Amino acid sequence: MPRNETISGLGLDEYKYGFVTEDKPVFKAVPGLSNDIVRQISHHKEEPEWMLEFRLKALEVYYSKPMPKWGGDLSRLEDTLDEIYFYLKPQDQMERSWDDVPQEIKDTFEKLGIPEAERKALAGVGAQYESEMVYHSLKEQWEEQGVIFESIEDGLARHPDLFRQYFSTIVPTHDNKFAALNSAVWSGGSFVYIPKGVKVEIPLQAYFRVNAERMGQFERTLIICEEGAEAHYIEGCTAPVYSTDSFHSGVIEIVVKKGARFRYTTIQNWSNNMYNLVTQRALVHEEAKMEWLDGNLGSKLTMKYPSCYLVGERAHGEILSIAYAGDGQHQDTGGKVIHAAPNTTSQITSKSISKGLGRSSYRGLCKVYDGAVGAKSNVECDALLLDERSRTDTYPYIEIDENTASIGHEATVSKVGDEQLFYLMSRGLDEAEAMAMIVRGFIEPVAKELPLEYAIELNRLIELEMEGSVG
Amino acid sequence: MSEPLLSIRGLRAKVEGEDGEILRGVDLDLERGEVHALMGPNGSGKSTLAKVIAGHPAYEVTAGEILFEGEDVLELEPDERSRAGIFLAFQYPAEVPGVSIANFLRTAVNSRLGEGEEMDVFGFQRTLTEKMEMLKMDPGFAARYLNDGFSGGEKKRNEILQMAVLRPALGVLDETDSGLDIDALKIVASGVNRLSEADEALGVLLITHYKRILNYIRPDRVHVMMAGRIAESGGASLADKLEAEGYDWLHRAVAAV
Ligand SMILES: Nc1ncnc2c1ncn2[C@@H]1O[C@H](COP(=O)(O)OP(=O)(O)O)[C@@H](O)[C@H]1O
Ligand SMILES: [Mg+2]
Repeated sequence: MPRNETISGLGLDEYKYGFVTEDKPVFKAVPGLSNDIVRQISHHKEEPEWMLEFRLKALEVYYSKPMPKWGGDLSRLEDTLDEIYFYLKPQDQMERSWDDVPQEIKDTFEKLGIPEAERKALAGVGAQYESEMVYHSLKEQWEEQGVIFESIEDGLARHPDLFRQYFSTIVPTHDNKFAALNSAVWSGGSFVYIPKGVKVEIPLQAYFRVNAERMGQFERTLIICEEGAEAHYIEGCTAPVYSTDSFHSGVIEIVVKKGARFRYTTIQNWSNNMYNLVTQRALVHEEAKMEWLDGNLGSKLTMKYPSCYLVGERAHGEILSIAYAGDGQHQDTGGKVIHAAPNTTSQITSKSISKGLGRSSYRGLCKVYDGAVGAKSNVECDALLLDERSRTDTYPYIEIDENTASIGHEATVSKVGDEQLFYLMSRGLDEAEAMAMIVRGFIEPVAKELPLEYAIELNRLIELEMEGSVG
Repeated sequence: MSEPLLSIRGLRAKVEGEDGEILRGVDLDLERGEVHALMGPNGSGKSTLAKVIAGHPAYEVTAGEILFEGEDVLELEPDERSRAGIFLAFQYPAEVPGVSIANFLRTAVNSRLGEGEEMDVFGFQRTLTEKMEMLKMDPGFAARYLNDGFSGGEKKRNEILQMAVLRPALGVLDETDSGLDIDALKIVASGVNRLSEADEALGVLLITHYKRILNYIRPDRVHVMMAGRIAESGGASLADKLEAEGYDWLHRAVAAV
């Protein structure tokens, strides 16, 4: 395919806007997947041999695994996968002009009151200098504490032994088809290391680090939280991630060592053509605590089940999630907790909202191994339907091989009630405002766990999504 | 001003999509500054009347009119009626988990102020605290989620708190007294009286089952509702007669018509 066509096919125009300096060779993969593509990716990243081999092996695993038959409708995904580009170098990703960003996305930025410079960064155009400066001063502070927070590529290049010791140990290649795909073509993501006993006060925000880059399509993040350390990592941003791509498949691996505490927060808002299939998993050791806080908006289909493998005594895992399924969207989300040691405890709280023809499913697994004496798990999932046509389902999978375990599961489905609406309206709130207030109240138990600015933006985003839902 | 605060003429209403009429020709005039008691047996249509005044979408008005300050309100949405000055203290207030009273009430207050004129958090907090003190409410109450897990008495007190903060021209109080012990009843009654003192034009339609609250809030007029109509109206002494004799004599009178 001639180069120009490749470029216009992506909706990018590097020449017209001159974002690319001519002396850098620009690598473009052809659409679709092959051994060659994988070799090229590894070559362009100047990776060690072992990583190339790892990728090639992963590609074989990917080919050998069938498409999942559960979860959402993936029947049209294979066509999509033939058309997508499996690798774009960061500078390619910036070659998009503000003019190419759809008006609806710009309107959303406008309504959210996001500053101009930030809007461009979020849309994947232009650089975000301010955030870069913030990042640099924070980075110095972190470095003094011995904290590593860099791109996954830099992690591999600069800390090869540490990297290799943990990489793919938490989410092995053969775990699922999309983990295998990610393992073959991963690019972008974070590498984080928190040394023993270090408490990081300010959340590590991927937003600072990534600045102008778009979030990778196949991002891979590896986080190691050493004994007694504490940190909070925030990924993504609450503005809609505008992307010309229609497929996102990330892998997040986290190790939380003895007595450490780690929280991983994601609020993602994808454009409506997106298949979003992510594997997020944490290995939680003795007396350690892991919390996933996960918000999913947008996309065509999201399948995402953050999980905690509780492998040490008294380890604790917590998964809090919010999903919003608008018209034509399917949010298949939930969480997995695996109790593999005595006196481990876990809590899953899932809140979903469905509007119009939107569909939300809670899918959760609670497994207690024989010998996990005194394990305790509690699952609470609440679904709110905004109108008659919306749909919600619950798929709780519970496997208990230990008879001293105690497991609680509670699921509720509610509709926004006429009495609630009338009550709020009778105090002067118009219908849209009343509806938004009910929804805000519904997600409050999860939203209050978010840093304030994220909670506010999440609420505003949901309100924007709900606009027009009231007749 | 010559027109009554509230004027209801020949009002007929039924549940949307169903047959039987619940309100079968209600007439009622309430002047500014007046307190009217609306009594009557269970199921006679008192709450329906209250909700129709406030614009509940479950009911369909088939005939008649409701004029508020001379304006026909039947075409107005519930929120528009509220902003116009109509307030309904619900017999059974809805629960809205996750929404704090303070947050909700501030939104409600701001809904009636123009854009850019919204009350700030501190100004609002002062008003709220003052009204809560008047109703002898614990300061922590404002942070609780709206009616979520409230006792019957707490719900009723919360309704009057909202009325005190929103300062309507007309308060329709639907059995605000039921479920209150005597102390709570006195607090609520004195709260309503203080609102009347502060705003001499405030009109109150006090729906009640019992004469008890009328010992603390003196009505100018008493109406008795039977089977969807006002069967009898009179002065405060009518309440005494109902207390002494019950509704039977009225039943017979209505049946005789
Ligand atoms: N939403 C409704 N759906 C069905 N029936 C109703 C509804 N609202 C009121 N009713 C009926 O109308 C009659 C009057 O009820 P209501 O106005 O609550 O009486 P009151 O407040 O005087 O006790 C009752 O028979 C009641 O069952
Ligand atoms: Mg009633």
